[in-house]
Amino acid sequence: MTTSVASLPAAFKPRQVLSWLGVAPFFLFATLFLILPTLNIVLGAFRNAEGQVTLENLGKLLAPSIRSAFWISIELSLLTAVLGCLFGFLIAAAITLGGLPRPLRNAILTFSGVASNFAGVPLAFAFIATLGRLGFVTMLLRHWFGINLYGAGFNIVSFLGLALTYLYFQIPLMVLIITPALEGLRREWREAAESLGASGFQYWRLVALPVLWPSLLGTLALLFANAFGAVATAIALTGSSLSIAPIVLFAQIRGDVLNDPHLGYAIAFAMILLTAIANAIYILLRMRAERWVK
Amino acid sequence: MTERRLWSWLAVALGGLYFLLPLVGMFDFSMRMQRDGYSFEAYRVVLADPQFQQTFGYSVVLALLTIALGILIVVPTAYFVRLRFPGLRPIVEFLTLLPLVIPPIVIVFGYIRIYNTSSALPLTGSWWGTNLLLLFGYATLSLPYMYRSVDTGLRTIDIGSLTEAAQSLGAGWARILAVVILPNVFVSVLSGAFLTFAIVIGEYVFAALLNVGSFGPYMVWMGGNRAYEPSALAVVAFAITWACMGLIQLFTRFSKFSTVRR
Amino acid sequence: MAFLDILHLEKSFGAQRVVKDFNLNIEKGEFISFLGPSGCGKTTVLRMVAGFETPTSGAICIDGRDVSGLAANRRNIGMVFQAYALFPNLTVEQNIGFGLRIKGEGKAAISARVGEMLELVGLPKLGERYPFQLSGGQQQRVALARALAIRPQVLLLDEPLSALDAKIRTSLREEIRRIQRELGITTIFVTHDQEEALSMSDRVVVMHQGIADQVGTPFEIYNRPATRFVAQFVGTLNLLDARLLDAAAGRVGLGDIPVALNRELPGRAGDRLSLALRPETVVLGRKDEGSVVLSGHIAEVHFLGSVIRIRVAVAGQFVSLDTFNQPDTPPPSVGTPVEVSISDRDLLVLAA
Repeated sequence: MTTSVASLPAAFKPRQVLSWLGVAPFFLFATLFLILPTLNIVLGAFRNAEGQVTLENLGKLLAPSIRSAFWISIELSLLTAVLGCLFGFLIAAAITLGGLPRPLRNAILTFSGVASNFAGVPLAFAFIATLGRLGFVTMLLRHWFGINLYGAGFNIVSFLGLALTYLYFQIPLMVLIITPALEGLRREWREAAESLGASGFQYWRLVALPVLWPSLLGTLALLFANAFGAVATAIALTGSSLSIAPIVLFAQIRGDVLNDPHLGYAIAFAMILLTAIANAIYILLRMRAERWVK
Repeated sequence: MTERRLWSWLAVALGGLYFLLPLVGMFDFSMRMQRDGYSFEAYRVVLADPQFQQTFGYSVVLALLTIALGILIVVPTAYFVRLRFPGLRPIVEFLTLLPLVIPPIVIVFGYIRIYNTSSALPLTGSWWGTNLLLLFGYATLSLPYMYRSVDTGLRTIDIGSLTEAAQSLGAGWARILAVVILPNVFVSVLSGAFLTFAIVIGEYVFAALLNVGSFGPYMVWMGGNRAYEPSALAVVAFAITWACMGLIQLFTRFSKFSTVRR
Repeated sequence: MAFLDILHLEKSFGAQRVVKDFNLNIEKGEFISFLGPSGCGKTTVLRMVAGFETPTSGAICIDGRDVSGLAANRRNIGMVFQAYALFPNLTVEQNIGFGLRIKGEGKAAISARVGEMLELVGLPKLGERYPFQLSGGQQQRVALARALAIRPQVLLLDEPLSALDAKIRTSLREEIRRIQRELGITTIFVTHDQEEALSMSDRVVVMHQGIADQVGTPFEIYNRPATRFVAQFVGTLNLLDARLLDAAAGRVGLGDIPVALNRELPGRAGDRLSLALRPETVVLGRKDEGSVVLSGHIAEVHFLGSVIRIRVAVAGQFVSLDTFNQPDTPPPSVGTPVEVSISDRDLLVLAA
């Protein structure tokens, strides 16, 4: 026993080296499969075929088709972010402050955890099965209420249909993130406001919403980024009929269109830029929110 | 008070309607393959389809390998950062959050540019290389969830004391990690594992752009060519996601009891 | 009719009766403490006065008006919470001026009043700060200023000092009392700390399991506890088992030793009862006549600094007594045979 104890101090030195070896795989992995690819894109956006630094790739972004693709993406992401925030907030408020039984709150949070991951191809299929031409709800509305959805011009394979589908994972994400913030609203604040003469509405206007707004705005940014990068759902739902930015990139990569890798770089770079800014806004606002509610 | 409760129930009811209808619709549609009433015909067709079996099996294997890789990379990292290099924490956390910031389509684009046939590591050139690339790509996508789960788990046990106790008894690093640390964060690792499984099973973008025949592209192909089978597939995918989440909940609740007893 | 009347107040949560037939009359300008252990109902009564809980039955009248049906935001009551409850998004000034802003007062009036309040609580320079930049004691003072700014009829404090460090607690305690006296505002102070209650209050209400066991001045509560609970909860207490020997003559038996209390006692010979006495009323040694003298020996000696607490074994039981530290005389040692003297008036008789 004494020999192993005495030898421990000496073993400390190689141990330090060994520790570095412990984290090395991670950094190697991150470099090879995260940092380098991203850097390649970011740098490639500013290089032409000869390897010279240029802005002409970014110039290609100004082409009308590309511009409109980005514009549609931004519209879609903004719409689903705002609606996701609104509806998610109402549901979260209902389960935290609405006086509903606790098991219901837990059930809804669990469901939100699952639903926020239920994106992509299966989600698109589910919505086609529900609101497609022969979908469950479409048929229901026709047979029970006499409402002809498709006759009125509705189509699930459209901007609106895609937005409706996106909400399925946007709203739960909002619920998951904003519930802790709502539960952080201390009961005493409301009571203090009441004792000082404030009505419920005044409490919300003067105290609760101001305290919540960094979280609300931050989550809006997060939802925006979330929607912007989504592509599998769109492809499965609309094929390539709706040109959103990720689908244009997808086509570029696959070589479906005239293969111009530098356009691909530019589009990818613009996407990274937008999502990075949105995420930065989210993080900054979250730090602000946490500072107040120590 | 009761007026508030009325509005709350209304909000929950409307939300419930929106979220349950697609599930109902998906299930209903999947049962309608036979013209005369409900049947599991679509499921029968799908499950018997050799392509389904092949792609689904392939995705399952891929998911399991991703989980294994994820554990091998994340557990030692989280452990050493916590124990020895607390200063590295912000960097590591930033890196683990990058896959959530950078859209996956951009990441796979980067892979194709770097690891194509004319580069130093021509992974896309061979079957083995492409699958390896896909594996690492999925490990990257699941990194945030895996790291967060494991880190949370490590936070609850005193790894400093456990390590010193093991060292004083003569254990080396590998043994410490495998025999002392891993079993104690088993539940957290499982959470991360189930999330990874759910992500990998239905993943489309990586697989499609790297031309791999996994479950995701198979589903999209079905969506373009069949009417009823896609809904059945969606039900299967949804059931798997639910099962994964459900198992996470089950295991976390199970572990609460075991830690209390300790 | 007093300024604040609480009449037959009852509160049940489902099947559980938390407050049982609570009655109290508080004069204008009085400082009343509700003292009791956790769960005794003191906070519930306070919250009913504030309007945050609705009584199951009973009434609350302020200045002749029945406010029982009035919503909390119409009662003009100032409330200070244990957790300060300052609005985190507003500065100190905005917090204090909140109630006035709700009332619709003008900017100049609000500003003047806020300045006044900041002076009152001793924080004149901190107006621009946010709550997260203040210490606990400072936050609580701001909370007090905020409650007082609206010129409330009644000031309610719910264990305001419990979350603070001991030193701050003592200094803030004195400040609160000083401000209350200066403004002459009727105040109810809820606490589980008897030192706070005894040192600050005009009267104390000792509560136990939803009932007010005793209402009286601190002196009365301490020296003439009405029930066993009050005797035990407030201050330290010696409790000795005894038997009633002669009710009319007032003789009890402490083990084999007869003790004359020289006053008529309720009950019959043979009844079991408890004798209660405070440690400071027991004197070491033989005192003058009129005292009960008991012989025993010293069982334990605890040197607490300025006070020496000695446990004496007497008549088969233990009696704790406190003496002051004498720098020249070391404390007595364990085992020393001693006599203790107790005035018969200091022996309180409680039911067994």
